[in-house]
Amino acid sequence: MCETCGCGDPHLVSVDIQERILSVNDRAAGHNREHFAAHGVLALNLMGSPGSGKTAVLEATARAFAGRCRVAAITGDLETERDAERLRAAGIPARAITTGSACHLDASMVHHALHHESVRGARLLFIENVGNLVCPAVYDLGQAFNVVALAVTEGEDKPLKYPVMFRKADLVLVTKTDLLPHLDVEPGTIDEALRRVMPEPAVYYVSARTGDGLERWFGWLDQQLQAATGPDASHPGHEHSHD
Amino acid sequence: MHEYSLMTALMERVEQEAAAHGALAVHRVRVRIGELSGVEPELLDSAFAIVRAGTICERAALDIERVAARWECSGCRRPLDAGERLQCSACGAPAALAAGGEILLGQIELEVP
Repeated sequence: MCETCGCGDPHLVSVDIQERILSVNDRAAGHNREHFAAHGVLALNLMGSPGSGKTAVLEATARAFAGRCRVAAITGDLETERDAERLRAAGIPARAITTGSACHLDASMVHHALHHESVRGARLLFIENVGNLVCPAVYDLGQAFNVVALAVTEGEDKPLKYPVMFRKADLVLVTKTDLLPHLDVEPGTIDEALRRVMPEPAVYYVSARTGDGLERWFGWLDQQLQAATGPDASHPGHEHSHD
Repeated sequence: MHEYSLMTALMERVEQEAAAHGALAVHRVRVRIGELSGVEPELLDSAFAIVRAGTICERAALDIERVAARWECSGCRRPLDAGERLQCSACGAPAALAAGGEILLGQIELEVP
């Protein structure tokens, strides 16, 4: 009943919520993050346009870390397991998430994949997101770092056109640098664009094809692995109870 | 288009709140969307039109407040100009996003008995 006049009509109340719309995803991401920390896993969210060279970088990384560190991958694509198959062929156990029409991975999809046999026991876990320079940046997955692949063929102004993705990036891998002689693309211009969208730009120029520049990327991974996992390499899988 | 999945998450939260208050209908949903959040207000609006059908939000209005991006120095708090390098030209510290990253459900207006 109306409290003003007692007329019996319904009345309006305003409820203050002030909550992130993605709070459910944030909680799932927090859960993943706790799991990674508890098991000494370095989880990286690898994003970039379709064809930016994400899978090729991972193939090269798999070869470099073979026998040294257990690497696994979760790959997201709208359809097919092609990326996961490529990674398995390169020696990385990989679990594919086919998202159907969804343009990004979310934290609960990743959580689900973590229970899969193929990614258990990894110390270095790559989450290769759906090829897309917009949507994946919106969803926290529980990763330690966001790594964005940007191919030189995408043009110098991509960072300025897609600032949200690069704002969230901890590291940018400018890929396919072996193609630079054939393009009118200046690395200095890419750097300058990144400085306007990333507060602390960290950028490595690499070619997965020739291997050029990959040592710096591997060095960065080694450094982060040391920080995340410490000297002890052994840890169990993703086994725990859920609320 | 992730706006549809965002809107689904939003609707679940609104319906939960409406049920907790025993609401008859939702009149208004207020959200705040930052310029650098990665969310397009127009697409959010279209998603709302689809998702609200047959729900307690059927006749609700969606008010989207757009928040402009604002960077400032993380050290000396100097505001940065749009398009400037995201490193303070005065003290060299990296910039921090002071506003414009939000994807927030602010308030809802409920019709209660």
